[in-house]
Amino acid sequence: MKPGFAVRLAAAALAFCAASAFAKDIKMATTTSTDNSGLLQVLLPKFEADCGCKIHYTAVGTGAALKLGQNGDVDVVLVHARPAENKFVAAGYGVNRRDVMYNDFVIVGPASDPAGLKGMHDPLAALKKIYASGATFVSRGDDSGTNKKELAYWKAIGIKPGGPHYLAVGQGMGATLTVAGEKQAYTLSDRATYTTYAAKTGLEILVQGDKKLLNPYGVIAVNPKRYPKINYKGAMTFIKWMTSRTGQKAIGGYRFRGAQLFHPDYGHPPH
Amino acid sequence: MDLLEPTRQAFALLFGGDPELWQIIWLSLWVSVAAIALVAAPSIALGFLLAKKRFPGQRAAVVLVQALLSFPTVVIGLVIYLLLSRRGPLGSFDLLFTPWAIMVGYMVIAFPILVVFTIAAVQGADPRVYETARCLGAGRFAASLTTLREVRFGILAAVVNGFGRAISEVGCAIMVGGNIAGLTRNIPTAIALETTKGDFAQGIALGFVLMVVALGVNVLLALLQGQGGLR
Repeated sequence: MKPGFAVRLAAAALAFCAASAFAKDIKMATTTSTDNSGLLQVLLPKFEADCGCKIHYTAVGTGAALKLGQNGDVDVVLVHARPAENKFVAAGYGVNRRDVMYNDFVIVGPASDPAGLKGMHDPLAALKKIYASGATFVSRGDDSGTNKKELAYWKAIGIKPGGPHYLAVGQGMGATLTVAGEKQAYTLSDRATYTTYAAKTGLEILVQGDKKLLNPYGVIAVNPKRYPKINYKGAMTFIKWMTSRTGQKAIGGYRFRGAQLFHPDYGHPPH
Repeated sequence: MDLLEPTRQAFALLFGGDPELWQIIWLSLWVSVAAIALVAAPSIALGFLLAKKRFPGQRAAVVLVQALLSFPTVVIGLVIYLLLSRRGPLGSFDLLFTPWAIMVGYMVIAFPILVVFTIAAVQGADPRVYETARCLGAGRFAASLTTLREVRFGILAAVVNGFGRAISEVGCAIMVGGNIAGLTRNIPTAIALETTKGDFAQGIALGFVLMVVALGVNVLLALLQGQGGLR
């Protein structure tokens, strides 16, 4: 390596460290659905322009996102799993939880639909039918909000999922849909991610439109009392923007191939 | 973050005989052993030929295999994925997201290591071994086997290194295996998954197993060399 290059590299590294130390960027942990669906790529630049700050995010499952908040590795979380969110706040890891938006879950599967689900609405009846028919079901298996929801459905119908027809992939929604497409299997997905993967996987929506399938998202600041060094001010700026008229309009205005994927619901949750 | 508690849980999982954990370990072991067993003989034969035979394009072939050594495993994963995918040319065999797909990946990954190590071992051997064997009436094949016998520890090192690379590889295994619990989840993909979930106990337990396997295989290699390799 030329010395000139090494010096420039060191200078760049220093500048980066200095920037992240002084500018107080916001760090967020969120779910794969907000990222895979393309929402964040539209939302965050608007937020950054409005606040004149920088926000960085990591997209993982809801369980992992909350864990990052619990460990003080991020300033704010944007997730979807109400019971886990409530626990997170009750345990003192997070403060100022707000409803921001919702979308809904759908059960998707191959066009051949071996379990005969097409046109059904109730996810519980649909899962019962999948199980009874011996068709393959792919599960996120990653402790994400979608995974928690799926497990709650199985629990509600008193079936312990397992066996060779239940594939837990332990990955994000996109990877799970890809496996389901390859295996010609059923899976539970949020509508947003499914829409972006529909063409790639060839899967179809078979079950939708039940109240049980609603998928509300919450935004929570990590508790500054527990981690005084985190960027609490930045987190609150983000939460305020997300629940503001501007933020809510930006969420509702996001379109993918002409379809609205997320519905803003601050102050008027439908659930 | 508390390191002690997950570590304690890790050992509880290991020695408590957690079936899920041992299933993951077993899958990792059998897939990598089978892959090496299948790919070893042809790779060693090719390595021997590349070291001994002079033919046009030989140098280029050696350079190509050496280049494969530093080929990213995710690219190998991508190519296998495209071949085995439902929309790929081999899609009708339903091999994607099965242990067989991972095994193919391991074979491709271990292949250049086996070849390059064999070339180095054979080139390091005394050429008189081959010539003497020929003089004593051995055929070409028998004389080649005699040479390989002479450099058996170098070959063994090749096999051990190929095995080590395969069993610790994560990129290709997650792409073509899909990390499916009970089917294609192996040690490295499980560690990657458990960490993203924020659960560290299983990751620590599996990391420990991986290190024990690495150490064990290399100790075995050293012992074999110690008993037979001293001249």
